[in-house]
Amino acid sequence: MRIAGKGLNAGGAPVSFSFDGTIYEGREGDTLAAALLANDVRLVGRSFKYHRPRGILTAGSEEPNALVTLGTHAAQDPNIRATTQELYDGLAARSQNAWPSLKRDAMAVNDLMSPFLSAGFYYKTFMWPKSFWEKVYEPIIRRAAGLGAISGVTNEDTYEKAFAHCDVLVIGAGPAGLMAALVAAQAGADVILADEDSRMGGRLLAETYSVDGREGADWAADIVARLMAMDNVRLMTRTTITGAYDQGTFGALERVTHHTAATQAPRECFWRIVAKRSILCAGALERPIAFPNNDRPGIMTAGAVRAYLNRWGVAPGKSVTIFANNDDAHRTAVDLVEAGVKVAGVIDSRADVQALGDYPIFTNGKVVGTKGRLGLESITVQHSGGTRDIRTDCLAMSGGWNPTVHLTCHMNGRPTWNDDILSFVPTDGAIPDMTVAGAARGVFSTHGCLEDGIAAARAVVDTLGLDAVAVDTPSADDSAYRIEPLWQVEGKGRKWLDFQNDVHVKDIKLAAQENFRSVEHMKRYTTQGMATDQGKNSNVAALAVLADATGRGIPETGTTTFRPPYAPVSIAAMGAGAQGHGFAPERHMTSHQATLDRGAPMIEAGLWYRPSYFPKQGETTWLESCNREVGMVRNTVGICDVSTLGKIDIQGPDAAAFLDFVYCNTFSTLKEYRVRYGLMLREDGHVMDDGTTARLGANHYVMTTTTAAAGQVMKHLDWVSQALRPDLDVRFASVTEQWAQFAVAGPKSRDLLNTVLDADIDGESWPFMACGDVSIGGIVGRLFRISFSGEHAYEVSVPARFGASLFRQLCAQAEAMGGGVYGMEALNVLRIEKGFITHSEIHGRVSAFDIGFGRMVSQKKDCIGNAASQRPGLLEAEREQLVGFKPVDKAEKLTAGAHLFVEGADAVRLNDQGYVTSVCHSPTLGHDLALGFLRDGANRHGETVMMVDHLRGVKTLCEVCHPVFFDPDNTRAKETSNG
Amino acid sequence: MRLPCPLCGDRDRREFYYQGHAVALDRPARDAGDGAWDDYLHNRDNIAGEVRDLWHHEAGCGAWIEVTRNTVTHVVSGARLVRGTAK
Amino acid sequence: MGYSALKIFKEGLFGQKGWKPVWRNPEPKAEYDVIIIGGGGHGLSTAYYLAKEHGITNVAVLEKGYLGGGNVGRNTTIVRANYALPGNSEFYSHSLKLWEGMEQDLNYNTMMSQRGVINLFHSDGQRDAFARRGNAMINQGDDAILLDRDGVRDLVPLIDFDNVRFPIYGGLYHPRGGTARHDAVAWGYARGADQRGVDLIQNCEVTGIDIEGGVVKGVQTSRGAIRAKKVAIVVAGRSSQVAEMAGMRLPIESHILQAFVTEGIKPILDQVISFGMGHFYISQSDKGGLVFGGDLDFYASYAARGNLPMMEHVMEAGMTLMPSIAKARVLRSWGGIMDMSSDGSPIIDKTETEGLYLNCGWCYGGFKAVPGSGFSYAHLIAKDMHHEPASQFRLDRFRTGRGLMDEEGTGSQHNLH
Repeated sequence: MRIAGKGLNAGGAPVSFSFDGTIYEGREGDTLAAALLANDVRLVGRSFKYHRPRGILTAGSEEPNALVTLGTHAAQDPNIRATTQELYDGLAARSQNAWPSLKRDAMAVNDLMSPFLSAGFYYKTFMWPKSFWEKVYEPIIRRAAGLGAISGVTNEDTYEKAFAHCDVLVIGAGPAGLMAALVAAQAGADVILADEDSRMGGRLLAETYSVDGREGADWAADIVARLMAMDNVRLMTRTTITGAYDQGTFGALERVTHHTAATQAPRECFWRIVAKRSILCAGALERPIAFPNNDRPGIMTAGAVRAYLNRWGVAPGKSVTIFANNDDAHRTAVDLVEAGVKVAGVIDSRADVQALGDYPIFTNGKVVGTKGRLGLESITVQHSGGTRDIRTDCLAMSGGWNPTVHLTCHMNGRPTWNDDILSFVPTDGAIPDMTVAGAARGVFSTHGCLEDGIAAARAVVDTLGLDAVAVDTPSADDSAYRIEPLWQVEGKGRKWLDFQNDVHVKDIKLAAQENFRSVEHMKRYTTQGMATDQGKNSNVAALAVLADATGRGIPETGTTTFRPPYAPVSIAAMGAGAQGHGFAPERHMTSHQATLDRGAPMIEAGLWYRPSYFPKQGETTWLESCNREVGMVRNTVGICDVSTLGKIDIQGPDAAAFLDFVYCNTFSTLKEYRVRYGLMLREDGHVMDDGTTARLGANHYVMTTTTAAAGQVMKHLDWVSQALRPDLDVRFASVTEQWAQFAVAGPKSRDLLNTVLDADIDGESWPFMACGDVSIGGIVGRLFRISFSGEHAYEVSVPARFGASLFRQLCAQAEAMGGGVYGMEALNVLRIEKGFITHSEIHGRVSAFDIGFGRMVSQKKDCIGNAASQRPGLLEAEREQLVGFKPVDKAEKLTAGAHLFVEGADAVRLNDQGYVTSVCHSPTLGHDLALGFLRDGANRHGETVMMVDHLRGVKTLCEVCHPVFFDPDNTRAKETSNG
Repeated sequence: MRLPCPLCGDRDRREFYYQGHAVALDRPARDAGDGAWDDYLHNRDNIAGEVRDLWHHEAGCGAWIEVTRNTVTHVVSGARLVRGTAK
Repeated sequence: MGYSALKIFKEGLFGQKGWKPVWRNPEPKAEYDVIIIGGGGHGLSTAYYLAKEHGITNVAVLEKGYLGGGNVGRNTTIVRANYALPGNSEFYSHSLKLWEGMEQDLNYNTMMSQRGVINLFHSDGQRDAFARRGNAMINQGDDAILLDRDGVRDLVPLIDFDNVRFPIYGGLYHPRGGTARHDAVAWGYARGADQRGVDLIQNCEVTGIDIEGGVVKGVQTSRGAIRAKKVAIVVAGRSSQVAEMAGMRLPIESHILQAFVTEGIKPILDQVISFGMGHFYISQSDKGGLVFGGDLDFYASYAARGNLPMMEHVMEAGMTLMPSIAKARVLRSWGGIMDMSSDGSPIIDKTETEGLYLNCGWCYGGFKAVPGSGFSYAHLIAKDMHHEPASQFRLDRFRTGRGLMDEEGTGSQHNLH
């Protein structure tokens, strides 16, 4: 019910919205909850377990009941708190967890069964017969899971992430936070003031307090205006600080467009705020009281009733009752009476209290029962004068206020029990460089909060070496907070604690009875505090019940842990930017566009994209293209972009000694303008990577790494140079991006190169493994006579800016000579035919010994991995060693990932002899080839083994052979003729 | 989480690669024996409290740094360049 | 007290008054045959199997906090037996079989749900590596199916197959894998052990291990000295501290692993999905929360809490893999202390001290190992002989290089497994 002229948004324009299909009118500035209450809608949801009718409990983000779904299709957004969702024209909200309708929810039958569904009942049953859990019980339970539903449709909204830095982060813009921000800002600090509400002012917006002789809300607006005018202040509304992390880092969620129907701007932005200091002014949350049937729609916290009345001009009932154990709740009565709303009585559990206004008071009072199936109709009260029923459609309850300590617990801090306020307060130093002020540390009067905010900020700016400007504390209410313990009320009916998860007092007692006495056991056994509010409304009361049931005090009972986030954060916000291709950077070679132009399908190689094969007209399968490309390289000439290989330029007087230390073989003996294959070990003696390194001068080398290990090797070289061998005078830099490099492979490779090089080369001056500078169209490039195909081949590199044009030129020349460009598939076939290994073979578990390179580990010098590579376990014959495999029947298939067995042996683990790592169909040899590892393989060439691939249903008898299948003497690569 | 790179100042943890305990600076001689190498490669004090550990400012200046850090509280109390501090 | 549907019904009628404590709160005795240090999942299952399989009931489990308060109560609840390497293969296979009979064995519903685990692959090379793994699983007698892209799409339509940075080539499907209710596993073993006479002693921190002449004699605790013929360490992330009490230095570094759960939403995901390119795995609990996690935070830590970079990375992986979960809201994040071993595989072994046993190095895979680890550890403690399925989990493999089980192939750096 709306009270005319009442509320901060009294002049707001009408706004049309709907709930479960019914159209209502609200007012600009309303939350959805305020607008629903203004329209006398009390039933807004159903609880999780028993599907009990639920109404609005609070006026904040801690709301456990009023959760709705907004939007449809991809925009469908479940579990939106009606209490924080701002109203906009056309907003359409739907209730959740009820079928067929909120009023008649079939699953409410669970509530009738509740005597049998006590805490933890499911651990004790659903076990017979054995197969029924997955087949019968669990599917039924799963169907009932969850509250709202997500659409299952790919997200179409945008989300953002951002960083911010400041000297002082002030969390919460109530009286304490506003003063803290003002003092810090006036001292010259860079300040961020963040508040989860759409408007700053905190409880001042919900109360009728005056500050500095003016309406609290007006005073707050003035301070906000002053802050906004300062260059060193950033105000962040609708921004929840979600977590406190190390070194002053905070997570924060800004709801950018939740309050509008707009779809263009981001929905949310997840901030990473780095603050030198922080001041937590997060206020306090009111807690309910556990009395019989305290969960009916219409029963809400007393502070929420004041918020609806004072901020939005809404009376949540026509005849309101109040049940409390403290003075604060009396303000609800005073404000209601003032606004002309009937107060049917204040039931105060204390003996010596007087009414603060014109309303009936029942001292020594308790609410012992309530009535009203879908909404509160009446309550039963026991008090000094006896027992009576009171007709009421809204009961405002207050069990006291809990300081919002959550962020102070995010780094394992435990809050401290404070007997004066009967709640937990933050423990000093729980978060480094964080100060807590105001209600968040149990200072509950407005004056106290203002004063505390000033004091906190003064101390904080002092630690930053800034001088605080003197500020007078504005005048404000300073009455004491008086409270007596009242955790639960005896009586017939369930006394609910966790309203969403349907945990009541008896569940806690049952947990204690079954010896789940640890607070963590109780939580996990009963699910108390595990709902979407994470126990913000119920934990302290539940602890009190557990403490009572186990005969301990509350401090002794302890608390569970508050963990981030303070309020739930969408996966989309924290994962912003990653959807689709944004997840990882994309690296393109200089030939990328030309490759796409040629219709080559791209595959991911780490972060790079590389061409799989280059289809020619008429080719219908990748294998056709691949076979042609292999033949091209073997018979004429092929071009392949190999720029993705890591390239590291190494220079300095000790470059040779450095390479001798990082490679297991020797590079100091390498002649200038020559290239050598190098094998790099990890310090644990296993193979890290391989590649070729060229010596371009006495003190100058260029190392290549595999595509996959480029980053790892660079980091490793930094490590060795800085940490292990700082004595060596050597410098190096990654030049992978600086050089475009192309393989020119095949019998006609030299002929082709001579069409692009400014000066011809010949076999004498450029023998196998030669390297050096060359001139290409006046550009200085580099040429390496190396081969990953086994053919007479080169790799030519030019500064990357010339890569695209050189690639086109090479391709055109190759095609003119009957060759062409080849992709990864052909490259893979060519290397398997030659027994060259890749990371399929050097997969991190193999030693140099395993791949037949044991003797490369020079014992004349120390190197990384040398000592560990000599461990007995890495050198034993029974290890699996690299071999080749050919099908005995040449028509049969080989498959990578298959395992190897002695012929006739069962294909089971105990008989496992090894496995296949790489397979290809060799067009050169006309059958499948494989590389793999076989136990004692080096000594078993010529034997036959059975290759078994259960997964693909392949079983092939293979001949074990040397891993080099083609041109074992390497005569083709070493070709020296000049013709 | 932020770490103080001696060259670049306080930087976000995202810029760093973590290797492990600073024991890796004390590389044994090649012939130091199985036990010494086992301790170097595998065995760790794994202290719950203040430790020295090794980070690489991979997305920054490329320096390897030794950070003094508490493994219980994550408080960082110092950092120095590895170059020039190793044996 | 036995649990049954009838008992639930009767207690429902009579106000739940008849339920007895699930375990006792015994005072520590002066001496035990076996003391187990650590009341987590592995410690409790060890106690249970010592009693059940070997009749050794004069046993105390000493727990410094509350039972099941370690990683068994803070994981992503995944159960699987899909390892590639001998040593691991037979162990997890055995453990999975114990999972399959757990509820009837314990008379406790641990909600083991074999909803299937799918490891996605994103290149031909990864497919081959997963094929090798899947064939190893079948060699071991477990189940594995190699799905192509359409096969994955049929099972998990939620995945983005059209616009993902690392396209889905297929998946290795392990139908017998799944999830279980993690706390219930600890409670079920605790109850079973207690019923057989094991003393479960909470809030009892071990402060020293008494060794005389190379033989273990007992432990010092916050509740006094307790003698024991055998002492078994099984304390996960705290292994290095407890082992140090016996003069041992372990190949272990303790690291953080974070995990996350969203608000409950209506069921959308049936299987456990593992996305290797993003180090991301996800399932949906019976309550409706999406439960997911990623990689380590990568720095040594005992804080049991993490930082934003890995948290965001995990969310980013979720957004690229299944952007339809965008609007699910993360309700809670938490962290556990992982005892990362130097090859990523565990240790169940004797020590140089007679009567002192060691069980550690479970990295972030300890939950699925709970039954198998307890079974094999109990065997070792009772018989002083390795149980065959866990016979490769030797401590000396690092020194000798013999029998390393480096599933990831990343070498001796602890945090890379």
